[in-house]
Amino acid sequence: MNRALALAALALTVVAGVGAVAEKRSGYLDAGPQTRAMQDDDTANPAFLWVQRGETMWGERPAGADGRSCQDCHGDAAQAMRGVAARQPAWDAATARLMNLEQRIDRCREERQGQPRLPPESEGRLALAAFVGLQSRGLPMSVAVDGPAAAGHAWGKALFETRFGQLDLSCADCHDRQAGQRLAGNVIPQGHPNGYPIYRLEWQGMGSLSRRLRNCMTGIRAEPFAPGSPDALALELYLAGRARGLAVETPAVRP
Amino acid sequence: MARALLNVPKRIRRGDVFEVKVLISHPMESGQRRDDRGAVIPRDIIHQFSCTYGDELVLRCELFPAISANPFLSFHVRARDSGTLVFAWKDDQGASHSETLAITVE
Repeated sequence: MNRALALAALALTVVAGVGAVAEKRSGYLDAGPQTRAMQDDDTANPAFLWVQRGETMWGERPAGADGRSCQDCHGDAAQAMRGVAARQPAWDAATARLMNLEQRIDRCREERQGQPRLPPESEGRLALAAFVGLQSRGLPMSVAVDGPAAAGHAWGKALFETRFGQLDLSCADCHDRQAGQRLAGNVIPQGHPNGYPIYRLEWQGMGSLSRRLRNCMTGIRAEPFAPGSPDALALELYLAGRARGLAVETPAVRP
Repeated sequence: MARALLNVPKRIRRGDVFEVKVLISHPMESGQRRDDRGAVIPRDIIHQFSCTYGDELVLRCELFPAISANPFLSFHVRARDSGTLVFAWKDDQGASHSETLAITVE
């Protein structure tokens, strides 16, 4: 009898656990079948044009006396970069701030390669981020939200729940409370950043999470956070923490 | 950026009908849009695409403005002999591009 009860309790726990995970819903599931088909087939996913460029850049030595390629320091990307994108943004002890993947690429270029930064949303920066992100595909999002990142995470949560702009909407108003409902013809996704950089059909091209957040904020007629600012990074961290456990889909295709 | 992604199945047997997938990096500017100052952005699309297999033309098509950026083309070819697929396209800038893909027929 006791054993039966224990088993029943265990079964309930398992079901509850599964339920909690199932509640997190990748934007992939809210996209149309054609969009999902593009993402499912690497040979049909236009983001792989960027991935291929990123793979080339990984091995390219920049011109200059001390020209080291990404490969020279990090080695094989498939091993060295596996799981890296799943943990971004992360606290950087050296600069005592949060950094996302693109900012780490910037820093590597400046400090290790002696090259100027690649401009935000430039082909090269997106290509490298997509190539590095691809190495984590399938792994669960696993950003650290405790320790030194805790303050940023709390601030990100506060920003997520704060109403902004002329339409007076918070992120949570749509992506927590109205997710699954429709905004005009589109399903409102939960807003998980598990596939960035993404190929977005509306853009007819590739873009970073920073660009997507800017779109969302101008959509509610708010002034977007400056790219790379502490506010932007805090929000990125909160979003990544909110998506923990979802599989990385980089490079995802979204409508 | 990589100019095109060309894909065929890894194993192709003689007589098989196999799928060729081509994804070309191109803005496919429709000519219908205007820039920030109201000036029409000139049309720049790939308007002609062809594929030859050995000596034989296996696909030739005309493309029109209502096609997205980075167009994806997929078509089927019957495998005869090992050889080269040559993909060629022309855009409104007057540029002709071509890419080749060697295939091995078992």
